[in-house]
Amino acid sequence: MIGWADLINDDERAIQDMVGRFVSTHCMPRITKDFEDGQFADELIPEIAKLGVLGADLQGYGCAGISPVAYGLACHELEYCDAGWRSFVSVQTSLAMYAIWRWGSEEQKQRWLPDMAAGRVIGCFGLTEPDHGSDPSGMKTHARKKGSDWSLTGNKMWITNAQIADIAIIWAQTGSDSGGIRGFIVERGSKGFDVLSIPHKLSLRASHTGAIHLDDVCVPEENRLPDAQGLRGPLACLNNARFGVSFGALGSARFCLERAIEYSVERKQFGVPIAQKQLIQAHLADIITEVVKAGILSIHFGRQKASRTLLPAQVSLLKRNNCRMALESARICRSILGANGITTDAGILRHALNLESTYTYEGTHEIHTLVLGEALTGERAY
Amino acid sequence: MKILVAVKRVTDPDARIRLNADATGIDMTGVEYKVNPFCENAVEGALQLRDAAGGEVVVVSIGPEEVDTYIRTGLAMGGDRGIRVPLEDENLDSDVVARVLAALVAKEEPELVMLGKQAIDGDNNQVAQLLAGYLGWPQACFASEIALSDDQQSAEVTREVDGGLEVLNVGLPAVISADLRLNEPRYASLPGIMKAKRKTIDVYEAADLGVDTTVKVRVLKLESPPERAAGIKVDSVDDLLGKLRNEAKAL
Ligand SMILES: Cc1cc2nc3c(=O)[nH]c(=O)nc-3n(C[C@H](O)[C@H](O)[C@H](O)COP(=O)(O)OP(=O)(O)OC[C@H]3O[C@@H](n4cnc5c(N)ncnc54)[C@H](O)[C@@H]3O)c2cc1C
Repeated sequence: MIGWADLINDDERAIQDMVGRFVSTHCMPRITKDFEDGQFADELIPEIAKLGVLGADLQGYGCAGISPVAYGLACHELEYCDAGWRSFVSVQTSLAMYAIWRWGSEEQKQRWLPDMAAGRVIGCFGLTEPDHGSDPSGMKTHARKKGSDWSLTGNKMWITNAQIADIAIIWAQTGSDSGGIRGFIVERGSKGFDVLSIPHKLSLRASHTGAIHLDDVCVPEENRLPDAQGLRGPLACLNNARFGVSFGALGSARFCLERAIEYSVERKQFGVPIAQKQLIQAHLADIITEVVKAGILSIHFGRQKASRTLLPAQVSLLKRNNCRMALESARICRSILGANGITTDAGILRHALNLESTYTYEGTHEIHTLVLGEALTGERAY
Repeated sequence: MKILVAVKRVTDPDARIRLNADATGIDMTGVEYKVNPFCENAVEGALQLRDAAGGEVVVVSIGPEEVDTYIRTGLAMGGDRGIRVPLEDENLDSDVVARVLAALVAKEEPELVMLGKQAIDGDNNQVAQLLAGYLGWPQACFASEIALSDDQQSAEVTREVDGGLEVLNVGLPAVISADLRLNEPRYASLPGIMKAKRKTIDVYEAADLGVDTTVKVRVLKLESPPERAAGIKVDSVDDLLGKLRNEAKAL
């Protein structure tokens, strides 16, 4: 439906197929209940790890080394079920593992990445703080030298996977003498490291979101990511993750569109299926047009990612476009189902609610707008 | 132990299929192929035996270049190498398939051939039996359990038959066809898919294998099942009983 058939190769097709099969047999049957109960299917983590999805686009260290497009397609299939699934994989792969892969020492890579690919070690990524979201440069969390080790103190908020994480990549201010913002691998169970669940979410309910409290947590120097210095450290990770988020949003959109089409053909009003009404057809035509455009753009940028010519502003364009498009499509699809669209059974409003988060995380829609504005004019407006 | 396992592509069982213009086959426009589910059981069965006993799993398919995809899936699941024999679907019946496989057995000399019990397109359920016949090997069809003897000279095969289970002991080499309950086929992992790219698929022409590819069975005509007439609603149980008694003559 998205028109990918001629744009992807055999491996990419096989990978999309396999992940799609896994999702339909393992994740789909339980997602409605997981969402209602506000829980993530932790017990499936070993299964998805066995499939090789975790860290799949990284080279070496027990990772599959698949192409960016193949990884995007995997994200797409995961989010066709629920953005909670895609978020779990995104954070593990593109934020936590990638941070170590990109900025870590050889010893850190050897020590953590194979276990993370195998799902034996789960990671989270702590950048956002209660008072610093879009503007992480003002973060309060700080790390101070304490002998040869570091002492970390501060609060991280809205951290996906926090409750189940064995390690947290914590970004902390070290002061200008020590190179500003630095990344640390903080191990669960360290003294002074606490995690709280964030309750009452109406979005990404089938996903762990927590707050991390750090009170004079001692982190050995060997757990500092040696090559990350300044905001570039976390931003490179986010830039990488945004790519999967963008492919994921298309999965949500595809789910909603498929349901809306099915429903419109079956639902009769005024004696005929509502699919015979031009207003309904116009909605569907608009949405498929957006989905196909976004799909082709995603593949195109994926090829550029593989050849390392993808610019951060292009990632902003993709993330901004796909997440907004998916959210708007989901809302319209919900309306096509009328009252039936508001139940968890239909799944569409679940996607729409999730997309409220994807619209905001990994850089808000507004911030990406301003990144594009800056790229075009040279004027920074954020 | 060397195991030859055969896989076949079939039309997607979930697709709505139409007959082609002269009603001799299925119109494939817009219809995708999938690997036959019983073949996946056969591959999984072969992999489990190899993992336990050591050796090699050779994944075989007969068909045009596109069937490489399905061989690769078997390789991605863990098969060691592949063989494809190029023949067009129209020129295949169960007998040609069995003869091609028999020729491959002569070339490869495996101790075991595993196949799906039938392909869900034609539902013929003949290849395993024909192959065993051509080879003069013992056969155990519809296996729901396979236990290899310690000396790897024989296998105990459980088959589901009407009203119970039958246990056969077959000496190797043998032909075994897999039932759905034999196992839960594994997923090809993403690293597996990447590794499969580097595994070889040899292409052997039927002529070079010395196989007579004359088709014995030709499809003359296919017919769609008749459209089901719409049902009716009855107003009461008495109505229903009346109709069952007088119209359906079911009571
Ligand atoms: C479910 C979920 C999971 C998350 N997971 C993680 C995680 O794993 N790790 C992590 O570190 N973070 C995570 N986040 C946090 C997320 O990245 C932040 O929410 C996001 O960066 C926005 O920050 P904020 O919520 O503080 O909003 P704010 O930055 O306070 O923004 C509020 C509003 O103001 C707008 N705004 C802000 N600045 C400007 C400006 N200069 N010009 C114009 N408009 C502006 C924003 O666009 C937004 O509309 C997650 C968030 C959610 C909802």
